[in-house]
Amino acid sequence: MSVSEYRQQEAAIDLSPAGQQLAERAPDQELMTLNIGPHHPATHGVLRLLVTLEGEVVRDLKPIIGYVHTGIEKTCEDKAYWKVIPVIERMDYLAYYFNAMAFCGAVETLLEVDVPPRAQYLRVIHLELNRIMSHLVWLGTSMLDLGAISMFWYAFRERERILDLFEQSSGQRMHTRYIQVGGVMEDIPAGFAEKVREFCAIMPSRVDQYEAILDRNEIVLQRLRHVCPLDAETLLGLGVTGPLLRAAGVPWDLRKADPYSSYDHFDFAVPVGTVGDNYDRYRVRMAEMRESVKIVEQALDGLPEGPHVTSDRKVALPPRHELSTSMEALIHHFKLVTEGFRVPPGEIYFPIESPRGELGCFVRSDGSSKPARVHMRDPSFVNLQAVAPMAKDAYIADLIATLAMLDPILGGIDR
Amino acid sequence: MPDATGLELLAGELRDRDETLVRATLHFRGRGTLEVDPARVREVLEHLAERGYGFLASVHGVDYHPEEPRLGVLYELIDMEKVDRMTVKVRVPTDAAEVPSIVELHPGADHQEREVYDMFGVVFTGHPDLRRILMPEDYEGHPQRRDFPVGGEPIIFTQTEDRIPGWPEGGGIDP
Amino acid sequence: MEIVRREPAGPPAPGASAPDDFRARQLRARDMLRGDLEGADLDRFVEESVLTTTLDKALNWARSNALFPATFGLACCAIEMMSIVAARVDVARFGFEAFRASPRQADLLIISGRVSIKMAPVVRRIYDQMLEPKWAIAMGACSSSMGVFNNYAIVPADKFMPVDVHVPGCPPRPEALMHGVLKLQKMIQGHADEGWRTRYGGRGTEELIVPEAAAGTAVGASPPGDTAGA
Repeated sequence: MSVSEYRQQEAAIDLSPAGQQLAERAPDQELMTLNIGPHHPATHGVLRLLVTLEGEVVRDLKPIIGYVHTGIEKTCEDKAYWKVIPVIERMDYLAYYFNAMAFCGAVETLLEVDVPPRAQYLRVIHLELNRIMSHLVWLGTSMLDLGAISMFWYAFRERERILDLFEQSSGQRMHTRYIQVGGVMEDIPAGFAEKVREFCAIMPSRVDQYEAILDRNEIVLQRLRHVCPLDAETLLGLGVTGPLLRAAGVPWDLRKADPYSSYDHFDFAVPVGTVGDNYDRYRVRMAEMRESVKIVEQALDGLPEGPHVTSDRKVALPPRHELSTSMEALIHHFKLVTEGFRVPPGEIYFPIESPRGELGCFVRSDGSSKPARVHMRDPSFVNLQAVAPMAKDAYIADLIATLAMLDPILGGIDR
Repeated sequence: MPDATGLELLAGELRDRDETLVRATLHFRGRGTLEVDPARVREVLEHLAERGYGFLASVHGVDYHPEEPRLGVLYELIDMEKVDRMTVKVRVPTDAAEVPSIVELHPGADHQEREVYDMFGVVFTGHPDLRRILMPEDYEGHPQRRDFPVGGEPIIFTQTEDRIPGWPEGGGIDP
Repeated sequence: MEIVRREPAGPPAPGASAPDDFRARQLRARDMLRGDLEGADLDRFVEESVLTTTLDKALNWARSNALFPATFGLACCAIEMMSIVAARVDVARFGFEAFRASPRQADLLIISGRVSIKMAPVVRRIYDQMLEPKWAIAMGACSSSMGVFNNYAIVPADKFMPVDVHVPGCPPRPEALMHGVLKLQKMIQGHADEGWRTRYGGRGTEELIVPEAAAGTAVGASPPGDTAGA
């Protein structure tokens, strides 16, 4: 049999129960329940799936989560607003700037402080670098799941360069607590802008490299094209946002729809897919990496001068040199470090666009220096509900590919 | 965001349907919140969906202790055409913490309502599978209520404790 | 410039002989194979070409240089654990880039990330499924102590399993994790192998399942097709 005939035969297989003419289950056709996880190399974190299989076809799927539930939201109620930032960063552990941004945005809205334009641009630079880094880890690990093991090293090579940039600006590779209420922690050091420009100069060619390896690869196409598509209406009903929704054709991106932190100053496109299958999800993220590079370059070009944090001394620490000359600065410093600033009572929900979708932070303050409730609306938590309809009537290998393309981060799901 | 007048118009429409539907409106920092009667939250969400707020972004719970009614459930809605957001709030007391589930209207509320049940104890009537989602199945208590202790423990290291509590006699560590 | 040639002092070290010794070594090897070497010649041959050590030391040297870590990434530290496999801090230099998925094939458990109370029995079960000799590294602050979070949902790893090396950091840099792994290597090389019960005084904690009690209590079985009993 020739290859094309074989492929035609393959394509003609219909896995749905009706397609297989299963009117009544024969006694030898049982459903098997398989427990995948929580410790399994192909789940992205400790996700447990109870899969009902008929042969190798998935008939039903139940995700069980909570294996990395850390009680972050409860811990935050116990800490001053400043001290919440390192705790809340560790939630969605690949998008740490985004966690901090959502929380700081919510607190700034409650406090009604203005973030200076330089701080907004610096935030955008770091957020977009973090987006590229998150997509790189997604690329490396999901291609690892599919079997293209060498992609892992290529993706992590670029990730190391981005982590070097983070280390240069804040001193830490991960969980940098760079974004603070009112601005950013520190102004960027000398040489940072040049290093970022160097990175932006080579990144598009690296994305070209990844695409050259993967885009038209026979195995990637077979495993991702027309695999587990889901229409936009179901996704909208499930509350799915982010690259999954954009791959299905809905151009909803909070950076464009509801800009925050000067995103409206930048000119970039939002990649949107057509079919909504795994291949579109993969392509949308690759294109997003390119767009993020453009945003970073524009932000560097237009970086305004000015303070890196709000000058409201009741919210942000005064610069250290003032502490030796001004008594007021000393008092503010003391109050901020010991008790922290007080936030007027109110509730606010502040959404931003994280690499996985809409990351929202709900903060309720009761007038004291500690938040009364912090809730992070994590995109992966809501997106996970889409796995069951996606993987229904697909092979179990397709389920693994779909999980990879879903990009779940269990730290965010479980909080 | 609907401005304050838009919010009042929406509230007015709902009050036209039934006087007791909307308990309060709040326009704060540019966002509108409708506080509604818990038993009819489904009706309110259906009405808002007809008005364009068809995307449910989030369902989350709040404990308003010591104010009564203590437990709150907030629904965040988005109108993607007009790029508007709206919050719907319900407040229930701890002894009658029941809210009708909206899973049939918005399937994405499935896991989120389970989380509110797990963390706060609000029972969503009509939910297909209301179990604990983040805590172990047999856990007792609702951790994110304000009167639940944060917990935590003193730190024990293998090399530093000369007797680990709970291990049998003779099974201690040689210092 | 003059080239100074230094004569080697004393007998040449094994494997470092000058080229003209090579012929002599060849002849001695031939004699050895024929069984013709005796007495002092035989002693010298053995000294030069055979490494003597105790079996324990050799075994521990082999074990330490070929650890198979189990893939056990829980949270943020898992990303930094993936970084040590990446090209910059290359763990393949030390022999353990082969992360095994099955605990039966692994001998090192790197608990990278926070252990929640739901996950703790699972971690313990994976650790129990590993075959002796086995070691555990608690990577990061959350698994060693409670880390940034000290609350109802987390448990430090020392509470339910023995940990050999704690690597501090939140998350620890890949270099720090490498340092921890190399420290573990030295520990393995230094001590003769013992099971974890001997190392940490866990004697008396073995569980005996009496056959009558085990009937009818198959743990974890669920009837086929039943996904609701999670």
